[in-house]
Amino acid sequence: MGVEQKLGDMGIVTTTLEQVVNWSRTRAMWPMLFGLACCAIEMMAAQASNYDMSRFGMELMRASPRQSDLMIVAGRVSKKMGPVVRRLYDQMPEPQWAIAMGDCASCGGVFNNYAIFQGVDEVIPVDVYVAGCPPRPEALIHGVLTLYEKVGGEKLKDAVNR
Amino acid sequence: MTELQEVSFDDIKHLVSERAISGENMLLNMGPQHPSTHGVLRLLLELDGETVVNCIPDIGYLHTGIEKNMEAKTYQKAEVMSDRLDYMNTTGNNLAYVMAVEKLVDLDVPERAQAIRVIIVELQRIASHLIFLAATGLDLAAQSIFLYCFREREMILDILELCSGQRMMTTYLRPGGLWRDVPPEFDGAVRDFLKIFPKRVDEYEALLTKNPIFVDRMAGIGILTREDALTYGVTGPILRASGVDWDLRKARPYSGYEQYDFDVPVLTKGDSYARYLVRIEEFRQSVRIIQQAMDKLPGGPVRSENRKFVPPPRSEIGVSMEALIHHFKLWTEGFPAPKASIYSAVESPRGELGVFLEGDGGPKPYRIHWRTPSFENLGVLPVLAKGHFVADLVAIIGSIDIVLGDIDR
Repeated sequence: MGVEQKLGDMGIVTTTLEQVVNWSRTRAMWPMLFGLACCAIEMMAAQASNYDMSRFGMELMRASPRQSDLMIVAGRVSKKMGPVVRRLYDQMPEPQWAIAMGDCASCGGVFNNYAIFQGVDEVIPVDVYVAGCPPRPEALIHGVLTLYEKVGGEKLKDAVNR
Repeated sequence: MTELQEVSFDDIKHLVSERAISGENMLLNMGPQHPSTHGVLRLLLELDGETVVNCIPDIGYLHTGIEKNMEAKTYQKAEVMSDRLDYMNTTGNNLAYVMAVEKLVDLDVPERAQAIRVIIVELQRIASHLIFLAATGLDLAAQSIFLYCFREREMILDILELCSGQRMMTTYLRPGGLWRDVPPEFDGAVRDFLKIFPKRVDEYEALLTKNPIFVDRMAGIGILTREDALTYGVTGPILRASGVDWDLRKARPYSGYEQYDFDVPVLTKGDSYARYLVRIEEFRQSVRIIQQAMDKLPGGPVRSENRKFVPPPRSEIGVSMEALIHHFKLWTEGFPAPKASIYSAVESPRGELGVFLEGDGGPKPYRIHWRTPSFENLGVLPVLAKGHFVADLVAIIGSIDIVLGDIDR
């Protein structure tokens, strides 16, 4: 009932810088084109015709970590691949997010053995875990939207201190 | 966390030529994170300008220890691991595994189950080739084919989901038959697909087969001679594109393939384009097989009545003490398999997928080894890549259609 309403009548929208920044980040979040195993196929399916992730500003998957904001770890992470995943994550510019897609990336899944990391969170920090073996494309999209919610609540102050 | 393996130049000196050591040729690392390596393949390339002089694959980035994990489970429970080997051909892996188990314990499979297995596996073959087409098209910058292929793949996944409740990792084929009979909607769904799909294959062909850009990128690239193909032990569409008429479905029929009338496409050129054409023709032949299997789908049970190996249906458990005992014994202890070793193979979309299974008299496999086609098919990549541009290497990797889960296991 203050200045917002009056300005709104004049065609001006008032908001906070934080909200604008977070809004813009969620509207063009570029995931990294990077698949490990089975889940990568469902990630491709989520990008393709029937599910079409470009509805959420994600049609552009970047092959280079330097151009991407979001790492979708799609598949099991082996002991040989773990350090590579870490290096890729480190190469991504801030702000960066990670989704652990599928059971293997979340907790090791059915592979409780010598070769597989029991969750990619042993290697990189993870924001959202998506369950399923492999998760349906809808589940991945839900994971992405959950991440958007999280990003929407981020404080600029925290980003500086990160 | 384990450290990144640092490889010094001295460690790889024996792999490269003198010119690379003197610095005239460039050594370039392609992968493990590269959009065109179809997973986590790493290639060490020795380049003279833009030309590939030498190509050394480095595998193991997806080593999962599946074989070891399977040995720790009973024969029935180990099957879920087989889905996750070659994740484009999940039901095909199931078939290879259950056939091996059935051979080991000498278990008969009802005819209806065999026919449904053929339908499911051929649908999976189409789905796998669709991914090949989508991914290879994408690598060669043909974006639209990717969207078309995934549209049809969703139809197949819907059918699999209808039967098993899962889109990809179905574990629908079980030792002794199937998990359960197909639902009533199955018939309509498959027939719809059969009606639509041949037209869609024509659409793909209209997009690619005579497309000058696509032909330029594929024809004459990565020629594999008949001799090399046989020497390196490649199988599947790659072998057939090099002029060898070898398809396990014809040569060693299994699961009732001998009843169906289909052709095995064989081309002689051996280049990437021929491999593409073979797979396109396999689409049509798979449709033919599914059509025939649907038309003469026999009735009857879908799992063996041998209660020593196959659990009874759940409906019996409430009324029959015997059924309850069998169910309990089979799911807690599993069934013992004789002390023997057997090899059983099927024709997967990538080639001969074999299972070597050794029983030790107990309920768990003593040793299980997978002969996966992608491993042998990757071995031929250095031969194919030699003398081509880096950009052509992308087309070659696409055309040999490797799956890293299949290679690294």
